Amino acid sequence: MRLRSGARGTFVPAAGTGASGPVERRGRAAADGILRYGAIRLKRVYLDNAASTQALESVADAVRHALLHAYGNPSSLHGMGLEAERIVEGARAELARALGVEPAELFFTSGGTEANNLALKGAARARARRGRHILVTPIEHDSVLNALNALKAEGFEVEYLPVDGAGRVDPDRVRERVRPDTVLVSIGAVNNEIGTVQPLAAVGQALAALGEERPLLHTDAVQALGKVPLGDVIRHVDLASFSAHKIHGPKGTGALYVRRGVKLLPLAEGGGQERGLRPGTENVPGIAGFGAALRELEMLVQAWPRMRALKEALWEGLRDGLDGVQVRRLGPPPAEAAPHILSVAFPGLRGEVVVHALEEHGVFASTGSACTSRDPRPSHVLKAVGLEDEVAQGAVRLSLSRFTTEEDVERAVAAFRAALPALWRFARLRGRGGAR
Amino acid sequence: MGQLYLDYAATTPVHPDVAAVMLEMLRERWGNPSSIHATGREARRALDEARRRVAELVGAPHYRDIIFTSGGTEADNLAVLGAARARAEEGRRHVVTSAVEHHAVLDACRALSAEGFDVTIVPVDGEGFVDPDEVRRALRPDTALVTVMLANNEVGTIQPVAEIARAAHEVGAWVHTDAVQAAGQIPIDVQALDVDLLSLSAHKIYGPKGAGALYVRSGLRLKPLVFGGGQERAWRPGTENAAGLVGLGKAAELARAALEAGEPARLTALRDRLIDGILERVPGARLNGPRGRGRLPNNVHVSLEDVDGEALLVHLDLAGLAASSGSACTSGSLEPSHVLLALGLPRELAAAGLRLTLGRPTTEDEIERALAILEGAVARVRKVRSA
Ligand SMILES: Cc1ncc(COP(=O)(O)O)c(C=O)c1O
Ligand SMILES: Cc1ncc(COP(=O)(O)O)c(C=O)c1O
Repeated sequence: MRLRSGARGTFVPAAGTGASGPVERRGRAAADGILRYGAIRLKRVYLDNAASTQALESVADAVRHALLHAYGNPSSLHGMGLEAERIVEGARAELARALGVEPAELFFTSGGTEANNLALKGAARARARRGRHILVTPIEHDSVLNALNALKAEGFEVEYLPVDGAGRVDPDRVRERVRPDTVLVSIGAVNNEIGTVQPLAAVGQALAALGEERPLLHTDAVQALGKVPLGDVIRHVDLASFSAHKIHGPKGTGALYVRRGVKLLPLAEGGGQERGLRPGTENVPGIAGFGAALRELEMLVQAWPRMRALKEALWEGLRDGLDGVQVRRLGPPPAEAAPHILSVAFPGLRGEVVVHALEEHGVFASTGSACTSRDPRPSHVLKAVGLEDEVAQGAVRLSLSRFTTEEDVERAVAAFRAALPALWRFARLRGRGGAR
Repeated sequence: MGQLYLDYAATTPVHPDVAAVMLEMLRERWGNPSSIHATGREARRALDEARRRVAELVGAPHYRDIIFTSGGTEADNLAVLGAARARAEEGRRHVVTSAVEHHAVLDACRALSAEGFDVTIVPVDGEGFVDPDEVRRALRPDTALVTVMLANNEVGTIQPVAEIARAAHEVGAWVHTDAVQAAGQIPIDVQALDVDLLSLSAHKIYGPKGAGALYVRSGLRLKPLVFGGGQERAWRPGTENAAGLVGLGKAAELARAALEAGEPARLTALRDRLIDGILERVPGARLNGPRGRGRLPNNVHVSLEDVDGEALLVHLDLAGLAASSGSACTSGSLEPSHVLLALGLPRELAAAGLRLTLGRPTTEDEIERALAILEGAVARVRKVRSA
């Protein structure tokens, strides 16, 4: 398996500079944002970037600066609070610029989960008098689905939109489902398990045709930021959620875009920070780190073609290199999927078993969403796109970052090749013995 | 000489060891704590270690009794809203709180009253103390929760929480205490206090902003504010602020060490020196809150007659002294403090409070400098006013 690198002049071989580079290459990153390699002893290949990404060195520096030199409380009147406030507002401006929105339309949260909860509960409760019907896809992240489940107890009715085998909604079908009492529609921009990119601009246009009384449109854009073009999406939605740790920022920081004029009720009460919508002393170091990660967003965008090429190489390696082990590619056709997620299934094998076997070869992947990684049931996403349990249980998600290298992909394929045939034979033997 | 910082109750500088473990987390153990592979397991181990350190700081019997949050505000909201909403299912729809709570608690109680809960706000005496008998009188068979802070953020009054808890438990109410200001200042033992819920915040104990914790007595169930994955036993889901929380763990460990090393006694001496100095040297100054053991070791709060509070803060800032009028989050407003009003101060005085709060870096010399700066600034503000 060889990559046709440099075919379009965009592929810059960067072996050894990524999160999974060899340990000999310590040394700090240069200004080009290359990660400094840590104290990890194994040669690791990290292909779980949809779960979380390594913080950039510039992010660590920004966090350090905020911790040591901007410890004032942003709400304080005296000068000590000013630097902290400047950092928070700087990051807000950075995100505003990336999205093409006003800084006043952005609210920092403790992450994507809180942003989703604030958007959905905040909007639904604020509009409860108009109606209590909510539309959502069945393939959303648990933070969306469970927030909506909680709203059911408050008398809201949640209806699940149909999706096709690739997980996509049809904008016209979405519009058809809207009722006079529909107050909210929530559709994730990029699915975290199979990489489906939803036609949000078209959904937004379809809803706009309904006029003044249209429902609000929320999108969970946690997996979309830095992975797909968002400008057109943001123009067509009212609410959008983001999380820093998926773009090489720190965990525990996120943001919610709230279109000007849209009213939300807060989840918590307190000191009035974030204009009362999200009170509590701001996570200044986390927000500083988010800002630093956003300043390198453009480098993520530049990496799209490279990530796609690597992802295809990875798929080809699995498809052609596993000695008859049955493997299926899940999710949308490659050209329509997000650039960083490759979802595959080994029918008859269990995803966790494959993931553990890969880890023994230094390759880190996951079966799906990290926050349900301890849940043995097959993924709700894979069920919703119509996969049989046998396939869904054999799913493995491989997710790339802008630091993933050609060498990483080669080593990952080698790890699959070393681990899978034995598992496969074993599973077939067991299957034949009927002891499943 | 640089800025003299006497606003440690608003926030504290991050201890270098805290910053070091946080950066180590970001750089070396950056996995998602929920991931099952080694990258995730390393992060989870570090988080659980931090949980142990926090449990030790507050005397929690088990590290799993600690739920991490995004700070004191969220911990307070989760405790108050989460406990009341959970207990409403048993028909308990009454909450008792005090008049001097932080806005995070008071406003959460206000939200509960909008949801149909009855809320009783018990008064405080002239020094800010809640009388446990007042709480006892407010209790009802359907009281879900009593929430009274361990120490007040403006005037430093330490509440008789153990006695309040005893009364509350007699009617089967749960007890929450906001220990955001008390943590690290005085020893805390949730078992001796016999509280069911206790909140704290990292940035008041030389940890980072945006990290906090709620102690939840084992066996209790709360209604979460946020829903999602299974993190923090599903009571507070969302990918953990791993670096911040590990920073909180380190800060808790350092706080415990400082308590054991006699920091409270050192600060108490400095505090009393500052109080005496102000009362001697600044005409028209009066102390708010109690003297002696009922007061946090690091808190000084005075009212100054005929002084515009905001103007004084500006003058102090120009003269190199960072102080505040009360709690940081309301310092942007000119409203009189609800705490000072509850203590019975007239509105003019309640709008002209000055809080000076000390910290681990505070020295005797700084106290002397602060006194000199304050004396001069008060005189200048009064002169401008009378001119
Ligand atoms: C699509 C999606 N939404 C929401 C989240 C939650 O974000 P956070 O981890 O910041 O809570 C995640 C990641 O876990 C995600 O992938
Ligand atoms: C008594 C008290 N409770 C709660 C809080 C809020 O904590 P945080 O700043 O972490 O949101 C504060 C601090 O502002 C406080 O002093």
